[in-house]
Amino acid sequence: MDHSNTDLAEVTFHHAPGGDETIKRIIKTTVILSVITLIELALGFGIYYMHKSPDYSHNLVLFIKGVIVILSLLKAFYIVGVFMHLGDEIRNLITTIVVPLLLFVWFIAAFLWDGNSWKVLRNTEGRSKPQTEQKQAVPEAKKPGGVE
Amino acid sequence: MATAQAQVDTKWWSGGKSPFNVEYGKLMMWYFLMSDAFTFGAFLISYGTIRFSQNYWPDPNHVFNAFPFAGHANLPLAFVSLMTFILIVSSVTMVLAVHAGHHMDKKGVIKWMAWTIVGGIAFLACQAWEWTHLITGEHVVMMDGKIQEIGTTVTKNPWGPEIPGLMHEGHQVYKPGPVAFGGYFFGITGFHGFHVLSGVVINIIMLLMTINGVFDRKGHYLMIEKAGLYWHFVDLVWVFVFLCFYLI
Repeated sequence: MDHSNTDLAEVTFHHAPGGDETIKRIIKTTVILSVITLIELALGFGIYYMHKSPDYSHNLVLFIKGVIVILSLLKAFYIVGVFMHLGDEIRNLITTIVVPLLLFVWFIAAFLWDGNSWKVLRNTEGRSKPQTEQKQAVPEAKKPGGVE
Repeated sequence: MATAQAQVDTKWWSGGKSPFNVEYGKLMMWYFLMSDAFTFGAFLISYGTIRFSQNYWPDPNHVFNAFPFAGHANLPLAFVSLMTFILIVSSVTMVLAVHAGHHMDKKGVIKWMAWTIVGGIAFLACQAWEWTHLITGEHVVMMDGKIQEIGTTVTKNPWGPEIPGLMHEGHQVYKPGPVAFGGYFFGITGFHGFHVLSGVVINIIMLLMTINGVFDRKGHYLMIEKAGLYWHFVDLVWVFVFLCFYLI
């Protein structure tokens, strides 16, 4: 029933126990992913309607966005762990994949912090050249348009 | 379920055992996907950096509110949700194809690979519609002192803030939006769409190989599994592209 390893003598296969249990796991994971997506969409709509109402709390919106990001990371965990079967592999293999990806934590934090810092510097005259803004080739960013 | 290594001879370097007890091609696919994850990550994070550095950024619910055949109805998040579900479902059919491969079920592999390909093509069609609508959809802006109607391109877009009180033929006039918007949107979704396209091509090749009995002869359907890893990666990237451009 399982594969005969005609040209793969170096690898021993011990995959999914049987048809039914694996299918159940697949269905369960599909349902989880769909539910998480629906929750994310509901929160997204929530943010949309909050923008329209005058009673608009910037911090609450940021918090909801944070929740949405965490839900997406949860989806990633399920897709990688179950659909891509990484959870079924040898633990050291999992480690060689997961540990380098932890670089993303620094990556995201550092660069978003930098981006925000540029905005603050631009807005508070922190730039190095203390000249007036004569240049016409200024990108749109310098116009103090509606704050998001 | 944790897997144990075949403990016949426990010396690591005496040969006969594959590292991590996994086939070379599968391991290399994982490492390629990790490198691709960093590439997409770099693009998305640079997008985030520029977006954070701007005082104003277009509201995605305002830009992406169209749905095919719905005319000018205001339906934020609707079309992109459809695209997300199409890709998730195609990922599920791919898992089922790999599962059929584990049981040497040729007919099952053919069926599920065919559905995965259909899902991939449907996603590409949706993305093509989205791009076309964005490029050709013209909106009124005040640019260079003139009122113009422009669509979204990599050089300009009409998604700036309103100009209060300024109307043109019954429509509100806007300032042009941040230039970076077009480049990032088309660049990142295009790069992702390119991956979807190559994934569809790979899946078609896998389907043809299955039909021709190549994997039956080999005795295993490992190629399907590797193609599956690539396809799931494409789905996963979409989860984050969807998150960064449409949701937050």
